[in-house]
Amino acid sequence: MDKLLKISQLKVHFPVKGGIWMRPVATCKAVDGVSLEISKGETLGLVGESGCGKSTLARTVVGLNEPTTGEILLDGQKLGDYSGNFGKGNRKRVQMVFQDPAESLNSRHTVGQILEEPLVVHKKGDQGERASRVKELLNLVGLPLGSVTRYPFEFSGGQRQRIGIARALALNPEVLVLDEPVSALDLSIRSQVINLLLKLKNRLGLTCLFISHDLSVVRHLSDRIAVMYLGKVVEIASAEELINNPLHAYTRSLIGAIPQANPNVHGKFSVLSGEVPSPINPPPGCPFGYRVGSRFYTESIGQSLDLKEFSPGHFVQDCPCCVI
Amino acid sequence: MNLLEVRGLEVAFENEEGDDLVVVDRVDLSLKAGKTLGLVGESGCGKSVSALSLLRLLPKPTGKILNGSILWKGNDLLTVSSDDIRSIRGNEIGMIFQEPMNALNPAHTIGRQVDEVYITHQGLDSGQARVHTLKMLEKVGIPEPGIRANEYPHQLSGGMRQRIVIAIALACEPDLIIADEPTTALDVTIQAQVLQLMSELQEQSGASLLLITHDLGVVAQTCDEVAVMYAGRIVERAPMRRLFEFPQHAYTRGLLASIPSLTGPIQTELPVIPGIVPALADLNSGCRFAPRSSYAHEQEWLDVRAPLVEVEDNHWVEDCPACRRLNSDALS
Ligand SMILES: Nc1ncnc2c1ncn2[C@@H]1O[C@H](COP(=O)(O)OP(=O)(O)OP(=O)(O)O)[C@@H](O)[C@H]1O
Ligand SMILES: Nc1ncnc2c1ncn2[C@@H]1O[C@H](COP(=O)(O)OP(=O)(O)OP(=O)(O)O)[C@@H](O)[C@H]1O
Ligand code: SF4
Ligand SMILES: [Mg+2]
Ligand SMILES: [Mg+2]
Repeated sequence: MDKLLKISQLKVHFPVKGGIWMRPVATCKAVDGVSLEISKGETLGLVGESGCGKSTLARTVVGLNEPTTGEILLDGQKLGDYSGNFGKGNRKRVQMVFQDPAESLNSRHTVGQILEEPLVVHKKGDQGERASRVKELLNLVGLPLGSVTRYPFEFSGGQRQRIGIARALALNPEVLVLDEPVSALDLSIRSQVINLLLKLKNRLGLTCLFISHDLSVVRHLSDRIAVMYLGKVVEIASAEELINNPLHAYTRSLIGAIPQANPNVHGKFSVLSGEVPSPINPPPGCPFGYRVGSRFYTESIGQSLDLKEFSPGHFVQDCPCCVI
Repeated sequence: MNLLEVRGLEVAFENEEGDDLVVVDRVDLSLKAGKTLGLVGESGCGKSVSALSLLRLLPKPTGKILNGSILWKGNDLLTVSSDDIRSIRGNEIGMIFQEPMNALNPAHTIGRQVDEVYITHQGLDSGQARVHTLKMLEKVGIPEPGIRANEYPHQLSGGMRQRIVIAIALACEPDLIIADEPTTALDVTIQAQVLQLMSELQEQSGASLLLITHDLGVVAQTCDEVAVMYAGRIVERAPMRRLFEFPQHAYTRGLLASIPSLTGPIQTELPVIPGIVPALADLNSGCRFAPRSSYAHEQEWLDVRAPLVEVEDNHWVEDCPACRRLNSDALS
């Protein structure tokens, strides 16, 4: 299959400011050497705990953050030079859906204006064509056509997320980056939006990077899943393989910690101890082995911890303390 | 006897026009000593308001308890004096809120905040209190309590903060802990730690737990009984296993069917409950789920509220013949 989106050796580091002069005193390595490839029409799920760098990665892919090093290629072309006019032509080919639909929509604009805006910015069609595109978008996400003249606050959370999705689709992007798109939604609404995403993916042949901290949701929507820990990908495999045959100790803990809505199934692994180390001052060796106090931790110091193909398509960090 | 017995609780908020909007509509709940009751439901259905009402902590002056009784060890909390309710809050019922940052004072060290419980509620001096505080911090899994006690809330991670809130709630050795979404803001791994901690501490102390959550996974892994709330009412109450094995109400069944799991089929449409949760202002007096149910309802069910009936031992559901018919169709 063609690799549509290629992220290679991406690092996104933020300066941490401190002292009375607010000078950079340290570096937060939010994304620290991530390489991922997504084929055309494929959905790659990305999971990991809070602060592991998921949103930073997503924002960098759509051009909201600048890579420190590394590059992002769409169809083999660089996604822009980040010098103000972020890859004008390419930018519209990658769009993003945010977690909180209430915050990401301009509350003073009508739904019609919100959906038309990207078309105006990119000079797509005349007024009539834009109006019919807006109707098409509303249809696509299952909102009544009358929504055009209404404001975001008049809609429920699930409906607002549909507006956010419709806006992201306005320019016919090839890649959709979804950052926790269903996390803020009510229980009975979440499954409606999950179904909508499945339908859109199949109907439009979208390529997606789907981020969530909920592995059950990710599993449901993704072809492959990547697990991220402290700025690095530790394991990546097809959705079923990752859940049924997790190799990295972190992936196993993550799966084991999910409370399942079935009283006969209990977490398969013991409760994980410790907390995620800081990306500002990471330990010298494997950060997960360090967290859980693995007795093989010292062996990981100085190792590159690169991903290794364990079985076809199943990559895991080559770590002496987490993959035994 | 039940430790806590809530009967016909009706709570309203006064809106700007001076009208009462009922948000908790004749709710019944009961909790036995040492047991965990899960209260589940979607955002805005009235879980937090119910919990606040139990301790008479509704925001004043808009929040009002219109009717009902809250029997705590046989006494009605709605009629006891304000001194008594304050003492019960401090000594017999502990509360853990969803957002730990709101429950902690950012200007005081965490040690001092735990000390205060021992000083005010047990009359200890500050030296004695600190001894207890350090023991309690150790119990809730704070590493190096002697050092951590001198830190401020912002210096701790979310999971650590929630442990402090738990320490404060437990310091008075309560008979009941009310935990409102105690792990919703936490990562699953930290959630597992906190849930395990709570159940260990509960086992040691024999306290009861009222656990408010919207996560049916958390319910399945921690509760003895469950009450399902929808639009201000309890629509079904059951022993935990029975709720998952033999759900009766169309809403409960819809919810259970719609959750993606780690084992079910993938990339297929999930069963959904169509429509949205009704707004407070447009609540009908009969079954509030009927507008979303696939069943063609006679007007009667939209206008008249069905009482809860016991369908099997300790398993209660709104007594709607239509819903039962749907059930038997589904089963046949
Ligand atoms: N603009 C920024 N400046 C400085 N640090 C940042 C910035 N954005 C993110 N960070 C830091 O980078 C790290 C990764 O953050 P990120 O938001 O990517 O995590 P996440 O995986 O999306 O977490 P969550 O699940 O909580 O959304 C965090 O330590 C965060 O504090
Ligand atoms: N102070 C208040 N004034 C007016 N209305 C309120 C107030 N607090 C809550 N409400 C209303 O009461 C209803 C029940 O709210 P409650 O906070 O109990 O919901 P919940 O079930 O806890 O939801 P969540 O899962 O989002 O926490 C909601 O419709 C809410 O808008
Ligand atoms: S069948 Fe009865 S209980 Fe079920 S949704 Fe309809 S009115 Fe409500
Ligand atoms: Mg994020
Ligand atoms: Mg609440």
